[in-house]
Amino acid sequence: MTAVLATDTLGKRYGRRWALKDCTLQIPAGRVTGLVGQNGAGKSTLLNLAAGLLRPTTGTIEVCGGRPASDPDQLAKVGFVAQDTPTYAGLSVRDHLRLGAHLNPRWDDDLARSRVDRLGLDLGQRAGRLSGGQRAQLALALGLAKRPELLILDEPVASLDPFARREFLQLLMEAVAEQELSVVLSSHVVSDLERVCDHVVVLVDSEVRLAGEVETLLDTHHRLTGPRRGTHSLPADQQVVSARHTDRQSTLVVRTERPVLDPSWTVTELGLEDLVLAYMERPAPDRPGAPAAAGADGSPTLEVLK
Amino acid sequence: MIEFTLDGRSGVSPYLQVVHQVRQALRLGLLREGDQLPTVKDVVATLAINPNTVLKAYRELERDGLVAARPGVGTFVTRSLANASLAAHEPLRRDLERWLDRARAAGVDDESIEALFRSAFRSEQRGVA
Repeated sequence: MTAVLATDTLGKRYGRRWALKDCTLQIPAGRVTGLVGQNGAGKSTLLNLAAGLLRPTTGTIEVCGGRPASDPDQLAKVGFVAQDTPTYAGLSVRDHLRLGAHLNPRWDDDLARSRVDRLGLDLGQRAGRLSGGQRAQLALALGLAKRPELLILDEPVASLDPFARREFLQLLMEAVAEQELSVVLSSHVVSDLERVCDHVVVLVDSEVRLAGEVETLLDTHHRLTGPRRGTHSLPADQQVVSARHTDRQSTLVVRTERPVLDPSWTVTELGLEDLVLAYMERPAPDRPGAPAAAGADGSPTLEVLK
Repeated sequence: MIEFTLDGRSGVSPYLQVVHQVRQALRLGLLREGDQLPTVKDVVATLAINPNTVLKAYRELERDGLVAARPGVGTFVTRSLANASLAAHEPLRRDLERWLDRARAAGVDDESIEALFRSAFRSEQRGVA
């Protein structure tokens, strides 16, 4: 796997608070990676580190094979659309395109103009007077026309209505199909990412809790429902991600490469959202540096709901 | 040309939904030999899904010998599924009916029959995969 973004024990501290801790991660090239986590989990910090807007407190980060924002060539390789897709309110759409052309060595003016055209944006219009959806589309058009190898988007659809959201993701996916492009985008809403991502990274409390290919994760996680029982009696290949028990019934989310054969379980498949939630509610592994993705701590908590 | 739809709540992964829809269209004769599948770009632009999802679906269909990709042109149907297995449907159906009679005779109710079938189907599928 070629990594477009690789971190090693990356951390960022603000005063006493760690916004990101012990983050070791490889994000594959040519993919669309979703970065999921609640507000404050460290998503923006990680993305700002990747864009070179922040410097790490500990560890290292590489994007497209180099240190973020270390030289002009490196800057040209990475596009960054910050939270709430900012534009210059006082500048017109045309000014934005000019600015893009001046600041970016690989600028693709035809691409920028055809996108703006298709969106029906008026070149003379000031960005401040565009709707939220149009502003987001303009920011995306600028990010794409820069022709980056990696495009980073921080919560790009959070403030958009469902229609604008869908439209934004359609154009983004179309760009991925057309350009050789890796994308990393964050969201606190998993359902926004479910269709568009083939790779996912889950951040909880400033730490990476889960990372992997969506398809593989969905194939290897199952929800088991059955008569109440302890989790110690499970086959060795089944790792418990989350466990809930009532006085009669147990509901587990397990990760396993093999089929679940025990006939006393009813096995159902999980969607990405349920899977991510199962990891979010799960307590962090105790051992420092434990493989977050593997769920290998083997010490699931028993939560008794009566 | 056919158009794909996605059911977000079905629990079936988007790539499999695309595969199923092509196979279904082939079975029903909506797609015939030589027909073109929607381009990856078109599918992506309508459904807002990851292009790799569509590519993966098309690759699987290609592996099954149902379609072939012509680089720079598109993906085309090479084999139809219509009628190919229709002849086998009748005897299989009779087998199934006999099995259902046995299940009812054993006192298994309809819901349990469905559950039984689904669980057997799923474990058999996993065994194949």
